[in-house]
Amino acid sequence: MSAVLDTHGHADHGYHPGGIMRWITTTNHKDIGTLYLWFSFIMFMVGGVMALVIRLELFSPGLQWVDPDFFNQMTTMHGLIMVFGAIMPAFVGFANWLIPMMIGAPDMAFARMNNWSFWILPFAAALLVISFFTPGGAPGVGWTMYAPLTVQMGMGMDLTIFAVHLLGMSSIMGSINIITTILNLRAPGMGLMRMPLFCWTWLITAYLLVATMPVLAGAVTMTLTDRHFGTTFFNAAGGGDPVLYQHIFWFFGHPEVYIIALPAFGVVSQVIPAFARKPLFGYASMVSATAGIAILSFIVWAHHMYTVGMPVAGQLFFMYATALIAVPTGVKVFNWVATMWKGSLSFETPMLFAVGFLFLFTLGGFTGLVLSLAAVDIQLHDTYYVVAHFHYVMAIGAVFAGYAGVYFWLPKWTGRMYDEALGKWHFWLSVIFINITFFVQHFAGLAGMPRRIPDYPMMFEVWNKISSVGAFGFGISQLLFLYIIVSAIRSGEKAPDKPWEGADSLEWTHLPTPAPRHSFHTPPVLK
Amino acid sequence: MRQEHYYVPQPMPWPIMGSTALFLMILGGVFVMNGASAGWISLALGVVVLLYMLLRWFGDVIRESEGGKYGSWEDVSFRWGMSWFIFSEVMFFAGFFGALFWARAMSVPDLSSLLHQEMLWPGFKGLWPSAGPGFAEEFTPMGALGIPAINTLLLLSSGVTLTYAHWGLVNNQRGKLNLFLFLTIVLGAIFLGLQIYEYAHAYSALNLKLSTGVYGSTFFMLTGFHGFHVTLGAIMLTVILFRCLAGHFKSDHHFAFEAVAWYWHFVDVVWLLLFIVVYWL
Amino acid sequence: MASSSARRTAAWALGILGAAFSGLALGLEWNLQPAVTRIAADIHDVHTYVMVLVSVIFAGVFGVMFYSVFAHRKDKGHQAAQWHENTTVEVLWTAIPLVILVVIAWPVTKVVVAQKDTSNPDLTIKVTGYQWKWGYDYIKGEGEGISFISALATPRDQIEGRAPKGEHYLLEVDHEMVVPVGKKVRVLTTAADVIHSWWIPAFGVKQDAMPGFIRDLHFRAEKAGVYRGQCVELCGKEHGFMPIVVRVVSQDEYSKWVGEHKKALAAAADDPARTWTLDELKRRGEQVYAANCVACHQASGKGTPPVFPALDGSPVVNGPRQAQIDIVLNGKPNTPMAAFGGQLNDVELAAVITFTRNNWGNRIGDQVLPAEVKALRK
Ligand code: HEA
Ligand code: HEA
Ligand code: HEC
Ligand code: CUA
Ligand SMILES: [Cu+2]
Repeated sequence: MSAVLDTHGHADHGYHPGGIMRWITTTNHKDIGTLYLWFSFIMFMVGGVMALVIRLELFSPGLQWVDPDFFNQMTTMHGLIMVFGAIMPAFVGFANWLIPMMIGAPDMAFARMNNWSFWILPFAAALLVISFFTPGGAPGVGWTMYAPLTVQMGMGMDLTIFAVHLLGMSSIMGSINIITTILNLRAPGMGLMRMPLFCWTWLITAYLLVATMPVLAGAVTMTLTDRHFGTTFFNAAGGGDPVLYQHIFWFFGHPEVYIIALPAFGVVSQVIPAFARKPLFGYASMVSATAGIAILSFIVWAHHMYTVGMPVAGQLFFMYATALIAVPTGVKVFNWVATMWKGSLSFETPMLFAVGFLFLFTLGGFTGLVLSLAAVDIQLHDTYYVVAHFHYVMAIGAVFAGYAGVYFWLPKWTGRMYDEALGKWHFWLSVIFINITFFVQHFAGLAGMPRRIPDYPMMFEVWNKISSVGAFGFGISQLLFLYIIVSAIRSGEKAPDKPWEGADSLEWTHLPTPAPRHSFHTPPVLK
Repeated sequence: MRQEHYYVPQPMPWPIMGSTALFLMILGGVFVMNGASAGWISLALGVVVLLYMLLRWFGDVIRESEGGKYGSWEDVSFRWGMSWFIFSEVMFFAGFFGALFWARAMSVPDLSSLLHQEMLWPGFKGLWPSAGPGFAEEFTPMGALGIPAINTLLLLSSGVTLTYAHWGLVNNQRGKLNLFLFLTIVLGAIFLGLQIYEYAHAYSALNLKLSTGVYGSTFFMLTGFHGFHVTLGAIMLTVILFRCLAGHFKSDHHFAFEAVAWYWHFVDVVWLLLFIVVYWL
Repeated sequence: MASSSARRTAAWALGILGAAFSGLALGLEWNLQPAVTRIAADIHDVHTYVMVLVSVIFAGVFGVMFYSVFAHRKDKGHQAAQWHENTTVEVLWTAIPLVILVVIAWPVTKVVVAQKDTSNPDLTIKVTGYQWKWGYDYIKGEGEGISFISALATPRDQIEGRAPKGEHYLLEVDHEMVVPVGKKVRVLTTAADVIHSWWIPAFGVKQDAMPGFIRDLHFRAEKAGVYRGQCVELCGKEHGFMPIVVRVVSQDEYSKWVGEHKKALAAAADDPARTWTLDELKRRGEQVYAANCVACHQASGKGTPPVFPALDGSPVVNGPRQAQIDIVLNGKPNTPMAAFGGQLNDVELAAVITFTRNNWGNRIGDQVLPAEVKALRK
């Protein structure tokens, strides 16, 4: 079936401001999706520049460019901004654009609240930025914000705490919206088990968000009262415990990493079948694996805390539970490979990034498995091995999935094609440089280089030099991405309704390209 | 039966106004907390903007609702939305309950273990309620009888009166609806009054403060956060009461009423838990 | 076509990189440091074992994928199959990883249990993390009573690039922790301010030091030598500059060290009863300042405001003596200004306070006597 026009039924009436007010007041899921995506890319650049400051300082041993305090602030803000400002909003942007189209809904269930979910973010980001200019600067406590170091910080810490509150509000509202949309706004005939897998991964991600963001809010609230109102939640002298903070933080923090990973899985699960020209293998087991990962993610958090001095039973329990996550994740990896198997594969840019994701994410998953082994983690905890692990799953895994998604849906969003040759260049430059950046960090970590240090012993010099070169190479390659996108929007070739032969979800089969501003005001009829 | 079109609201300036308000409040609050009293201005301004925004936003929603824009399809959305919102609140409380659990079951016993007594905290007895080994003053913990017990009764009865009000609404007995709704609010207000009294008593007579170690911290954080929710609930009930008096809601179309009722019952259940683990055990 | 040229360039680059990495790896530190304890050796073995296992799985999975990438291509005319389910294989690839995990978990469990067994030590040492140095107290076994503070010995000049960096750059301290070879040492960790973490890679031990709590670890070093590690929990500004050095010596040498150390301690003990002249106090104070205060208040006394106030010209330093003694003795809660009462003795405190009051632009001219400090201790 080729594209069927279905834009009738919507009478545009009432208040429709133009210009900047269109974006500020919009209740349209496509506009809001666009806002999210641009916001996240800007944040990616900001966080990326901070990463480059880190890599610049670490290029050589000794202190050259920044003082240790500022270095810690960079590390902290890089982590916070990348996680909360870049990756999460990027996937919320995908969700906004795609979920209504994929399930045949007219918009998100709460269109006005949707606007608020987005428009909180720039203010939260502003708070983070303002903190740099307060006395004492931004907090230098790491993105995990462990007590009691947080108690020593200046007012930048308070701004950061409230920024986290705002980010939490935004995520909770966004998630409630996504859950409700998926549960209530599916077109007749769009059974839950017929939804594109992307919708499933987001349904489960949204559940994780609603369950964990409030817990994070609680943790930072207690930090705030410990700082200013004399409470002693995390202070032993008053009967509290710094480890309590860590438990609460990681009860949020571990599900959080799957909040980042699951939507990435969702994107890849749309892209791979499209370029294999073959349906996704094992749809039902994909759904249950996703749910399994989500459930397990609530009982593994203390694998970030093997060195706090847990009793041996605790070490073992969390070790077994953590290792178990390899099983459902493995199911996903195998299903993707099986989808490619005996397909009719072609490798346009989205597929390249998806395959890059598959390969490198799994690599990061395996180092995660190594870390999950409590005995081994004693050696690796808080070293660059951990940094390498999480950049493989996040800065490579999630980012590559994001790129795959952008190239894949760009025609539907803008009506134009990107330059395929440049896209391929972008992919190859990215894979090469990002591996230069992060692969060597495994070695540095194994050999004993701690993380969050502005200076290091001589034996780590070579690894750091290589890593810094890679980081700058990767950073510059992303300028190419910006160029590709902007020139596609400006002057790209007109895209057909269904540029990818194997794509089969509603946004490709039931809507023209570019997708009209309002789609499915009347639900599509599905057989 | 689901109608053919789902209502998608028009563009609105309220969300960004709300963000601006929060932003002003945060900046102001942070300045105040760090000793710059000029922050009060920003804080107050933020509150005003927030109230204005809420008024206008809810005004729009009420107008749409009364104007028949919401059918059963939207109604289901609201139900999902409210349920998940309450779930997020449950998790928020869970964090604080977790802190209490940790202090009672893990950190205080640990700090009073033999090793810790020998090395760091000589003579510390880890009996709950405890304000920790470094806390030198005397304080009296809050008992469960008296005000807390009365408050339990108050909140439980308010749940009952609210249900009566709901029956009134469903059966089109508007008098009963208004009366019992009013009673619910009164019960909530008395609850809050008593809690304020209890706090004052704790500070003045019991030497029990927010800074009284982990006992004081968890006590005031949990009961205070709950009290804040009761306040919100009471305000929402008041709004609903005014809407009832203005003749809003139909016997088969009154989700706003139900949402607030759900919220109130949720706050009620949290209180029961609080009563058991904070005051009683 | 540009895109295939991208691919060809990339293939070349990847090949060169792969070769370069493996070449480098041969010549550089790239794996866990050589083990000196049984447990570290076990960790090493378990790690290698798991790496081999997962590498095999990795090669298997991606062998299949890359075969597909090369064989099942559209441009080679491959037609897509249309199957998309197969319960048998799905159950298999759920069950097999489960089995592999059990195979992995078994040996690891044994190591975890051994790591946690801190019973029956020959020597017990308490280690306290301070911002940013370590305090060592020998509390049980030979050497009981020895107590010292161990701080970074690398000169600032090397760090700031004004002098060439030494062999043990950032991994050298003024006072090493010394333990006998072959003895089970139990280390109790705690901290005075924020969380630190005590790590010696060669021993396979790492334990966070929690303020207000005691945690423990143990090791039995099997080879004499000097082993170095670093603080591995972010503890503020100088987190990167608080190394840990343990010197493992023979039993004889250890006994000798204990004897000498006790003698030296007694001799060097700052005698509070002595009368100190202003100059003596200032000189002693300068050393104390360099070891304890420069990190924050800087050698110039200018600090890095607003976080770390300048002492040069500070109203506190130029004000009444009591107030200054109080802040140095008891610190200022919720700021990095720690209570030095626990780390420095009365003479050191008196000396450093005198020094700050009579250095840079500060010219009070008075001297703070050890007795005065003693009187203000709570
Ligand atoms: C996208 C984010 C993401 C994802 C998906 C993961 C996935 C995993 N992570 Fe990771 N992790 C992070 C982000 C993520 N992590 C971050 C940000 C940190 C550091 C936070 C900080 O301290 O700042 C961290 C830290 C971290 C630690 C703590 C390290 C330390 O500080 O000491 C541990 C320890 O257990 C761990 C384990 C795992 C495991 C077991 C998985 C598993 O889910 C991986 C499962 C996948 C596979 C195993 C590969 C595919 C499977 C197969 C092909 C099947 C066959 C395989 C076998 C039978 C083995 N992670
Ligand atoms: C999804 C999240 C994410 C992403 C995408 C990244 C991306 C990158 N990260 Fe980071 N990182 C984290 C999450 C992430 N990181 C977290 C959570 C931590 C832990 C923090 C903590 O310890 O508290 C961390 C910590 C961390 C460290 C350890 C710091 C320390 O311990 O002190 C390092 C060091 O190399 C690093 C490097 C990088 C690099 C080089 C990139 C690169 O991939 C970035 C590339 C992007 C750009 C460069 C920007 C885009 C391009 C332009 C703007 C064009 C202009 C470019 C030029 C002028 C060259 N990251
Ligand atoms: C960890 C960092 C750190 C170290 C090390 C440190 N200080 Fe401080 N010091 C501070 C901070 C921060 C303050 C400001 C406290 C406040 O907010 O009032 C301070 C304040 C002071 C003041 C009061 C100055 C004023 O104008 O308010 C004196 C005096 C002082 N320190 C002396 C010392 C001496 C002597 C030493 C070494 C024995 C020392 N400090 C080591 C961080 C440090
Ligand atoms: Cu001490 Cu890091
Ligand atoms: Cu985790």
